[in-house]
Amino acid sequence: MTMAGKEKKGVRLEHISKIYKDPKTGKDFYAVNDVSLDIAPGSFVTLLGPSGCGKTTTLRMIAGFESPDAGEIYLGSDPINALTPNKRDTAMVFQSYALFPHYNVYDNIAYGLKLRKVPKKEMDERVARILDLVELTGMESRMTNQLSGGPQQRVALARAMVVEPGVLLFDEPLSNLDAKLRVSMRTEIRRIQQTLGITAVYVTHDQAEAMAISDNIIIMNKGVIAQMGTPEEVYYHPKSEFVADFIGEVNFLEGVVSAADGEGCVVSIQGHPVRVEKADGFAAGQACKVVLRPEAGILADSGDIPCRVVLSCFMGAYQNYHVMVGDTLVKLADYCPAGRRVYRVGETAYLSFRPGCVNML
Amino acid sequence: MPVKTRQSAALERKKFFADPVMIVTIALLIVLLALFILYPLAMLLLDSVYVRNTNLVPLESVQDRTAQIPYAEDGTIRILNNKGKEAAVSLDGIDGAFGYLFAKNGRVYKEGDELKAGNVYVKVQENHLTLDAFPRIFADYTFNRAFYNTLLLGMITGFGSVIIGLLFAYVDCYVNVRSRVTRKMFDVVSMLPVVSPPFVLSLSMILLFGRGGLITRELLGIYDSDVYGLGGIAIVQILTFFPVCYMMLKGLLKNIDPSMEEAARNMGASRMKVFTTVTLPLMLPGLGNAFLVTFIESVADFANPMMIGGDYDTLATTIYLRITGGSYDTNGAAAMAVVLLGITLVLFLIQKYYLEAKTAATLTGKASRARALIDDRSVRLPLVTACSLLSAFVIMMYVAIPFGALFKLWGRDYSLSLKWFNQLFRDDGFKAFTDSFVLSLIASPITALLSMIISYLVVKKRFRAKGFIEFVSMLAMAVPGTVLGVGFIRGFANGIFRTGVMQGIYGTGVILVIVFVVRSLPVGTRSGISALRQIDKSIEESAYDLGAGSAKVFVSVTLPLIKDSFLSGLVTTFVRSITAISAIILLVTPRYLLITCRINEFAEKGAYGVACAYATILIAIVYASIVVMNFCIKHFGTSKQVRIKESE
Repeated sequence: MTMAGKEKKGVRLEHISKIYKDPKTGKDFYAVNDVSLDIAPGSFVTLLGPSGCGKTTTLRMIAGFESPDAGEIYLGSDPINALTPNKRDTAMVFQSYALFPHYNVYDNIAYGLKLRKVPKKEMDERVARILDLVELTGMESRMTNQLSGGPQQRVALARAMVVEPGVLLFDEPLSNLDAKLRVSMRTEIRRIQQTLGITAVYVTHDQAEAMAISDNIIIMNKGVIAQMGTPEEVYYHPKSEFVADFIGEVNFLEGVVSAADGEGCVVSIQGHPVRVEKADGFAAGQACKVVLRPEAGILADSGDIPCRVVLSCFMGAYQNYHVMVGDTLVKLADYCPAGRRVYRVGETAYLSFRPGCVNML
Repeated sequence: MPVKTRQSAALERKKFFADPVMIVTIALLIVLLALFILYPLAMLLLDSVYVRNTNLVPLESVQDRTAQIPYAEDGTIRILNNKGKEAAVSLDGIDGAFGYLFAKNGRVYKEGDELKAGNVYVKVQENHLTLDAFPRIFADYTFNRAFYNTLLLGMITGFGSVIIGLLFAYVDCYVNVRSRVTRKMFDVVSMLPVVSPPFVLSLSMILLFGRGGLITRELLGIYDSDVYGLGGIAIVQILTFFPVCYMMLKGLLKNIDPSMEEAARNMGASRMKVFTTVTLPLMLPGLGNAFLVTFIESVADFANPMMIGGDYDTLATTIYLRITGGSYDTNGAAAMAVVLLGITLVLFLIQKYYLEAKTAATLTGKASRARALIDDRSVRLPLVTACSLLSAFVIMMYVAIPFGALFKLWGRDYSLSLKWFNQLFRDDGFKAFTDSFVLSLIASPITALLSMIISYLVVKKRFRAKGFIEFVSMLAMAVPGTVLGVGFIRGFANGIFRTGVMQGIYGTGVILVIVFVVRSLPVGTRSGISALRQIDKSIEESAYDLGAGSAKVFVSVTLPLIKDSFLSGLVTTFVRSITAISAIILLVTPRYLLITCRINEFAEKGAYGVACAYATILIAIVYASIVVMNFCIKHFGTSKQVRIKESE
């Protein structure tokens, strides 16, 4: 099932800023500062960042609950700055689900359709179809507070999707669910979004969720966009320490570029030369930081950098190591450790990088 | 890129104006609030400082320009003719301007009359602002005494109510009462005075403790007992208002975390020490709050001082007597009303903006778990006994009313008969009940809906006039009924701004309904606001987001979610209206008979049997409407859905 006959719309933000007054100091500050975005029709984009980074404000500006102080928002090709939320072709799934407690499941989902004066017969069909999609068929007459968290979430999703909005907005929709349900629901949301081919903007502070669900991730910090890209790009090629640190575990190893060619460069870390692929834009003699994910380092009896093991701990899926490279602590994860040598605390080992999995700043 | 001009304000404005229903609603609300709350009060204020006098000025002094009147440059002066109309008359021909010339006694000189030298005057209209009325009334013995009486009564009632309220609240929250009957009795007592007509307790006080009182005379053999005066009013007011304190303080005590007190106990403090060093200091702002609320109520109370006050006049009754009595001193009565309003307003502002915030600040936490109730006999027995006795006393006061209506002649013949009820209905009692009933019934849906709309706008919307709407609708709480009544007389008797516009509503049922609405609006709005604050704002946002305009959101989402509050607003308004007297008694005309006014009339005449018959039926009506409300809330209210959840 796709949204028949309905044109998919993209969202474009041009130099959007939003200023708030700090309630404590009374000073103005930028909640969102000069953010420009272009979200392709039909794509799934996540706004990711720590709390207070401006992601929810951005989303609420797209929905129309907040008005930007500068810039223009486009839905498709239409500027929508001056439109009230009820006149915008958006539908939002709220963190608290915001289901109408006085309506049953059917009436909740049909609410938007009634406002659009959809004929009763078509309304029944559309509600039935969407209920089927979110796997809630047969629950029409339940009151929403008789449902548990997961199904409530599905009703909220169905209620937003059934009106076939130009863009679907999600405001941390999974944060009230328990960990296991969160994982299954995010797969669900992704499946449904792809089935319908609907444009979706998704706000979360959970980086795993963002990676699992998105076509593109936009990482925000202090009101500005820190980086945008596919999950792979932001994970393996973070452009800043903030991004690297925010997405997953990371180690920063300081070094100096000793040689550079078009393909990559050689970095000297504590006097030990290491080759890093696909790192351009660096010149010999430049100070740099190597971004090392825990699983991108290999410990062996021989290798590039000698180090001392200070913690060794079996985690099931991997062996967790803390090693000292000089006076820098490096965290490593050695997956599937069975059958390989396990280093004990106090032993010396050699650290090498998995080719292509390391980045430089 | 630094932002030069902020467009958000402009965008918000655009969005706001895209919603015509809301704009019209807000505009309408502002007009209504301004017209029916602010305007009458403003007129009152104006009356107290604005003097319109007509002075007779000797013609000679006018002609030789020594009179203290404004002379115009073109040689004319503005004087009044015999019809009271003002016109400019030239000074040169003034001695021939018949119709404008008066004798000392006010007689008009007609064309052809001989002008007696030294007895020719012109009438000059004098309009000016002056604060003279205030020193005058403060020098006035009656006012002075009333002023002092009011404050003294307020103090006594305030302290008495807080102490008894605290006792009940403490017993309720801290002491293991054991007996369920006793507990039930506390509940009844706390509810009774809230729902009863305002003077019922005065009535039964007279019946039980007055000169012919059942208890004083029949049981104790006291023949000269005098309940009229300060003592009587104070007892009646305390019994009427302490339940309000009880409910307020109970809410506070419930919020004190028992572990704080346990920590004090654990460090070696006795129960008394815990109470004086932990509980009491935590409660202090709350006690102050309760005191002020009661004080305001007491000062504003009209019915009790009227009925049982004797010659102990308070401001409210003095103003009433000034207005209805012979001496029609507008300026003075207005000034008194302003003084009374000033007292309540200042206290209201302190209470609302200072103490309420402070109470909330000291007691923010929720009790982490249930408190271990005191089972100690030495604490339990005296406290529970005191509360039980008080409760029994209050209940006895209420029981006296129907018996007052059933006894043949109170004080003489205690045999049962229905003669008072018969007399009531033979009279125009039936009309009184229909009038009161119909007017209150009209007022209640209007108030309930208005207060829900106001709460919705105040809690959920952002717009500039919001503060105004919230403040004015709450302001009515601080305005004593008598003051409002005087304000309405001054404001509407001659139409708005004395122009005759809307004069038609004066003396009709419309103005009575408006007063009912104004008097109940703050209560409904407050309950609506607290109900709405508990609703997640994203529920409304999601309706808005799905395409509903403000009006649609309100009707399809907000209102159903605060249905309980709406229903209770309906009934509260009905109850308050049908039992109202203070403002109404000044505005009611013979076209409408209202129960409360009838009770007051009969009680004043000493016809206590009929008064009790009226009061009995009134209490029955009020009680029935509360039963209906509870039934409705149970079966149609929002809580039904919540209960489904609980039962799973």
